[in-house]
Amino acid sequence: MSSHYDPTKDISPSAAYPEVTVHHHHSDDATFKKRVKKTTILLSVITIIELAIGFGIYFLHKGEPPYFLVLFLKGIVCILTLAKAYYIVSVFMHLGDEIRNFMMTIVVPLALFIWFIIAFLADGQSYKDLRNKYDKHFEETTMPAPHATPSAEPAKGEGH
Amino acid sequence: MAHEATVNTHRTKWWSGGKSPFNIEYGKVMMWYFLMSDAFTFGAFLISYGTTRFSQNFWPDPNVVFNALPGAGHANLPLVFVSIMTFILIISSVTMVLAVHAGHNRNKADVQKWLIWTIVGGLAFLGCQALEWHHLLTAEHATLIDGKIELISQTTRHNPWGQLIHGPELTTALQHSSSQTLATLVAENHLSAASHGELLQMPKDQLVQLVSNSEIHVRETGPVAFGGFFYGITGFHGFHVFSGVIINIVMLLMTNNNVFENKGHYLMIEKAGLYWHFVDLVWVFVFLCFYLI
Repeated sequence: MSSHYDPTKDISPSAAYPEVTVHHHHSDDATFKKRVKKTTILLSVITIIELAIGFGIYFLHKGEPPYFLVLFLKGIVCILTLAKAYYIVSVFMHLGDEIRNFMMTIVVPLALFIWFIIAFLADGQSYKDLRNKYDKHFEETTMPAPHATPSAEPAKGEGH
Repeated sequence: MAHEATVNTHRTKWWSGGKSPFNIEYGKVMMWYFLMSDAFTFGAFLISYGTTRFSQNFWPDPNVVFNALPGAGHANLPLVFVSIMTFILIISSVTMVLAVHAGHNRNKADVQKWLIWTIVGGLAFLGCQALEWHHLLTAEHATLIDGKIELISQTTRHNPWGQLIHGPELTTALQHSSSQTLATLVAENHLSAASHGELLQMPKDQLVQLVSNSEIHVRETGPVAFGGFFYGITGFHGFHVFSGVIINIVMLLMTNNNVFENKGHYLMIEKAGLYWHFVDLVWVFVFLCFYLI
């Protein structure tokens, strides 16, 4: 693993790291450029869709926001974000090109996030429900008023 | 080669010694494990933000908070600036991929070129973030505090993005506010041709009239936790971008000094690349949690 310069030898990565026994297949320039271009376009398009949904939610908030529609749109944005994360990790970071054993040592621990997110969001939700039940002052001072008021008051009615 | 690799995973005794069982060099394995631990750090921050948000009856709408664009004055442009920042980071990730690829081909000039573009992208992102923070920390908003209107900005202690107030509640609040505050509000929003000094001399009723006839939004105070989470998490991400830029500058200097050329390979750039892509990856989630939902 010596890194001293010897101009008579071309030290390839395999000579530098002899423990790496199977070498990654580096595609030719044309295939590589095509793949990067495709992924860039994909990431950009997903981001644009996300932004469009973001604007959609913004305009929905101007009127009476339909609760489940907003929730549904936010769910779609979350799934699109996971798709973006998948492309960044597997194409840009080449995790998809590593051998399966190694991939699993990264991906399997990340499965903890499934529990992590569900447990802690449920915790927050439960805290809110309990406070609303037992702390009426909290409920009265923080609960958004029903959306009927803004339309009754056109001077300030641009409530978003 | 690709086929050989897949076949080999079934044939080769990876754990019998003499070879890397994961078939990658040590530095890269460790970079991946570092990034995994960092993912948990960011994950914990974002999830604690989620927990707090789920425990509140009201949370500010990001489209209301982040609606400014530098140079566009008071124009209401939700999401525009942050989408520019997002595209800057995506593009700088692409230039990093190109730098790593140039390294595989041992093409020094291309490595330099793409590293420079990646550094420029990183600096542009940091500049945008500085502008965004500056705007949030200095722009003042009419907020109902203790029955009267005060002008506050978004800090870790105050949040001006509560629920809108209307009608009689607003009129009462305006009447209880100081002439000073009302005059500033009128002057800042160009509601009158009079100068700030002249406005201060104006009878209070007239100022109240000017404000209540305008389109100015007056809000209650919002959840205080918003500021701490926003500045904390975007700041921690910004710090990662900053250290990524430093790492890329070191890579550029090493390339310039022929360090990798003499070693015979540019595998170090790959590790810097992994870090840089991770920074982009985290932004995807920060963008989701703070700006989109």
